[in-house]
Amino acid sequence: MMKISGWSLIRLYTILVYVFMFVPIVVVMVLSFNPKQFGCFPMTGVSLKWFAELARDGAILTAFKNSMILGACTSVISTAIGILAAMAFVRFDFPGKNTFNTLLLAPIMIPEVILGVALLLFLRWLQQPKSFALLVIGHVVLTLPYVLLIVQARLVGIKKEYEEAAQSLGANAFQTFKEITFPLLAPAILGGVLFSFTISLDDITATLFWATAQNQTLPVKIFGMLRNSISPEINALGTIMVILTVAIPLFAGYLIRKFSTTTT
Amino acid sequence: MENRLWKPLALLAPAMSAVLLLLVIPVCFIVVYSFWLRSPTGADIPAFQFGNYAKFFADFFYPSILIRTIRVSLETVLLCVVMGYIPAYFFNRSKTKNKALLLLLIMLPFWISFIIRTMSWINILGDTGLINHYLLKIGLLSRPLGMLYNEGSVLMGLIQYLLPFMILNIYVSLEGIDKSLLEAARSMGCTEWQAFREVTLPLSLPGVSAGCLLVFVLTAGTYLPPMILGGPGNQMIANLIFARVIGTLDWPFGSAISVVLLALLVIIVWTYNRYLGINQIFKALQ
Repeated sequence: MMKISGWSLIRLYTILVYVFMFVPIVVVMVLSFNPKQFGCFPMTGVSLKWFAELARDGAILTAFKNSMILGACTSVISTAIGILAAMAFVRFDFPGKNTFNTLLLAPIMIPEVILGVALLLFLRWLQQPKSFALLVIGHVVLTLPYVLLIVQARLVGIKKEYEEAAQSLGANAFQTFKEITFPLLAPAILGGVLFSFTISLDDITATLFWATAQNQTLPVKIFGMLRNSISPEINALGTIMVILTVAIPLFAGYLIRKFSTTTT
Repeated sequence: MENRLWKPLALLAPAMSAVLLLLVIPVCFIVVYSFWLRSPTGADIPAFQFGNYAKFFADFFYPSILIRTIRVSLETVLLCVVMGYIPAYFFNRSKTKNKALLLLLIMLPFWISFIIRTMSWINILGDTGLINHYLLKIGLLSRPLGMLYNEGSVLMGLIQYLLPFMILNIYVSLEGIDKSLLEAARSMGCTEWQAFREVTLPLSLPGVSAGCLLVFVLTAGTYLPPMILGGPGNQMIANLIFARVIGTLDWPFGSAISVVLLALLVIIVWTYNRYLGINQIFKALQ
């Protein structure tokens, strides 16, 4: 009897933690359908008014476009560099390997505020103005460690023998990569692209340092809107962001699982 | 041998140059800049002096922000352990088929926009938010409780951001415990609670301490929750850096504060390694 009640307390506690984690987000999504003028309770009905309002807001659409372009540039560059580095770590032995690996993973542990100040200071020393390119290279540094981790994990699972077989049959290094490694690595590459895209889309702290009024991203725009008041538009935008950032990785995870069962 | 070496180095070159050029060198710049002077016209003058650090520690204003940062980080760590251990234990012991789904749900917040998660607490704690609305409606309150823009609301945002890290760390260490140890303890006459206290809890401590380190480091450098959910009296060191660098364009002083934050984190991580290394924990428990 004691045991059962102990376990049900544990279960109840766990449920309460879930409630704590998810109620705020659910409330954002619910309120985004509230037609009332201010983003607050009570609900006075269900409408898509604020989503329509969003679609008409030029500044938000621009920020959305910026975020998409930035995410696309970041994920392509970051994944390309990450694949090369992962190949070096998994396929070769060389002095200082662990040090190099730690260095490449370092951006995860360093606070974004420091990264933000550091890069900006460097740019100032070079006497360059803030630009869209700054956002891209900054986001590449932020996302590179994650891409590296994803691709490395997958690459470890691909047998070296496949590549060696191709090379013994006369393929050069590039052909081997194109015909053997790349197709086997495809799920991880897709995972890396989508993961870095999501991180880029979501990043706020470092981006606040690097963004200018002309190239605001979606989170920076939301941050700016929050300073005025919490308008219902923000809730609607939040709902869209939640759907975007949850749907993309779920889709990636699904693809990775699907591909890895068919390729191995 | 040389032939073997150039290949990996060529593959590493883009990533290494990116990190060296965009992270290592810029961070060195922060240190160099922290010794510079700021002229009245706003231009920065190269120098080697400790004025910026002296300014930081001159009166109680700036150190109090540093102390607040450490205090809030410790509070967050403590609350994350208290809130995270039981769910992690639940995932470990539960025999439900939906375990994978439950774990996925706990990881879900990693993907949900940070700024949306943070600002969502305004809808809960604000004067017209969920809690005040219903308490007013049922007549428990006559006017809204001011629950926002204090340390409590900042902690809410921080816990919601960091709890998944803690839960995952504890869960991983719980999964690593050999189940036969528990069975042995039970067969020797331990009650469920004794087996937990004598076997599971000590063996899970490495995961708890790893989670604590991660949560502390991430909290100490946090900018957004104090900014959005805190009042002027709840700002942390990252907010100070942002205000000095972007707000007043005082680069040398902003750099000095950044070095203080970096130093704090380096000391914490170093101390952790020195005294709480995973082996140390095992030894301490024997």
